[in-house]
Amino acid sequence: MSILVNNDTRLIVQGITGSEGSFHTAQMVEYGTRVVAGVTPGKGGQKGPEGIPVFNTVEAAKGETGANAAVIFVPPSFAADAILEAIAARLDVVVCITEGIPTFDMVRVKTALEQSSTRLIGPNCPGVITPGQCKIGIMPGFIHIPGKVGVISRSGTLTYEAVYQLTELDIGQSTCIGVGGDPIIGSTFLDLLKLFTDDNGTDAVVLIGEIGGTAEEEAAAWIQETGFDKPVVAFVAGRTAPPGRRMGHAGAIISGGQGTAQSKMEALQAAGIQVCDSPARIGETVKQAMA
Amino acid sequence: MKIHEYQGKAIFSDFGVSIPEGYPAFSVDEAEEAARKIGGRMVVKAQIHAGGRGKGGGVKLADSPDEVRRIAGDMLGMRLVTHQTGPDGKEVQRLLIEKAMPIARELYAGIVLDRTSGRYVMMVSTEGGVEIEKVAAETPELIVKEWIDPGLGLQPYQMRRLAYALQLEGAQVKQGDRCLRALWQAFEANDCSLIEINPLVVTEDGDVLALDAKINFDDNALFRQPDLAGLRDLSEEDPQEVEASKYSLNYIKLSGNVGCMVNGAGLAMATMDIVKLHGGEPANFLDVGGVASSETVANGFRILLGDTNVKGVLINIFGGIVRCDRIAQGIVDALKEVKVSLPVVVRMEGTNASEARQLLEDSPLEFLVAQTLEEAARTAVSAVSKGSLTGQGNQA
Repeated sequence: MSILVNNDTRLIVQGITGSEGSFHTAQMVEYGTRVVAGVTPGKGGQKGPEGIPVFNTVEAAKGETGANAAVIFVPPSFAADAILEAIAARLDVVVCITEGIPTFDMVRVKTALEQSSTRLIGPNCPGVITPGQCKIGIMPGFIHIPGKVGVISRSGTLTYEAVYQLTELDIGQSTCIGVGGDPIIGSTFLDLLKLFTDDNGTDAVVLIGEIGGTAEEEAAAWIQETGFDKPVVAFVAGRTAPPGRRMGHAGAIISGGQGTAQSKMEALQAAGIQVCDSPARIGETVKQAMA
Repeated sequence: MKIHEYQGKAIFSDFGVSIPEGYPAFSVDEAEEAARKIGGRMVVKAQIHAGGRGKGGGVKLADSPDEVRRIAGDMLGMRLVTHQTGPDGKEVQRLLIEKAMPIARELYAGIVLDRTSGRYVMMVSTEGGVEIEKVAAETPELIVKEWIDPGLGLQPYQMRRLAYALQLEGAQVKQGDRCLRALWQAFEANDCSLIEINPLVVTEDGDVLALDAKINFDDNALFRQPDLAGLRDLSEEDPQEVEASKYSLNYIKLSGNVGCMVNGAGLAMATMDIVKLHGGEPANFLDVGGVASSETVANGFRILLGDTNVKGVLINIFGGIVRCDRIAQGIVDALKEVKVSLPVVVRMEGTNASEARQLLEDSPLEFLVAQTLEEAARTAVSAVSKGSLTGQGNQA
């Protein structure tokens, strides 16, 4: 079992003929993901990488192939429009990899999402993977093994680090999701924790947070309220980050005294979550929590 | 991106927010000239990208052009220290000379992103002129908010509600409405990430004026706001950070001595954290990005080493789609070009990590290769505290 994506996921790649899009399409196909269509306006009717048919619109791609998910590799100035197109086509899951989308555009996308049943992951994220079944995004597939630990993270390479530690200890993963490093993202820790609640293929969850915003605090409060009964292990990056500076990710910024690593770690601990001091101990801490 | 108060006020004025008469000045002569135009009681305000200027001596009253000239002479070139500048302060290079206003009430108005609801929120408070974070923490009921629907924009009833919350009366209500509408229009038109007026004042004559202006812009939207580029003041930014931004590297200078070079922002922060956990102090945040070429690595290295506080370097790469051996080759190439006499600890994991380690071992350059994140941090911190990695350092 898993959440969001599995063997049955039929994927559209938006921006399939671009350099990022075509490279990662090949990688995803190699992993075993069922990439059924690509979309690049103006290139409809052509064959894309791996011989995948290209369509002019998401609507046409879905109509012809029965796709239910999309991944977006479109430049930042057009990415919000690509997300809106995927929402309009009523896809179940949309993963936006693009980094650097203007915040105003995402505020508008957020409103559209509220009126739809589409689940957006990202933007500015590595994507979603259900090991052994379906990889949607840019993460290195080989570091993952199938298993029962869910991973939710605001980071890319730090997620790989955590997954790698798990795999080294022979602890497999159910589904790993990078939620994205922007201030406005489609799905939060909280949204995904709720999905993991009902997934009997997930026995424990790793949360990898970072400075900025209050997503970690909100997840902690929910865990405390509902008594979420699976062990949760967390790490929060950015204890040494100075306030008022954007630490690479647009969303990783301590502003107005809010969003410090300290307040997040305290909130998580107060909810009974095991918080790792060191990013090198995430795997071990999960092992202990599941023992 | 941040701008100066006088630049913010110019934007306010374009959109119809009332501001006092004032002129920027880059020299004492310009300050005096501005004072002669304004006349009467005036304020000399240091223009730096930080708040708390009044307490630090960066805001002074003057009653004549001569006095303005004297104060300007004192202020220009001084290092202004406020709670936001750090202990070294910032050099004052620009002033704003402005007409002093007889203030009856000090208010606050601002627009920020509310990340939880995914909407912009306009906030006002009758408690202006003080740190708004303090008001928010201690008396949150004194901050009144309206969330703005991105499709509809700020609605008239929302402006009225906020104007009444500010306890504006009579003709002031209309002025307040106009001011708030203009603020939202300025925010939307310029892809702002923050606008604050603190204080927004009601004068003794009953006028509503913006006495301060703080505007930040969304860096992700600068590509479609070409006019804003001219407002950037590079002298307000760290020279190494400016250099890094030319190569699309994310670099932030910190005060420690362990230079860090990492791929990915989250892993870069985590690497800084683990350095600290092992008793060291990171010298910087440096994310070379997901597609680090040998050129990127070389530029990152050069910038990192430009910080004379750096006594050792920790390179932490988790290869995903980017192959570690390519990055290792980049580091080897970079170290041939950039002379390094400091200890360099390299940790690589992920795609082709073992090939990468072999490349580093086989190169004539000296690295300390670490297997795990923990070992890397421990090694780097201990190398820095000993002053050298192997006794003779790395000769590139």
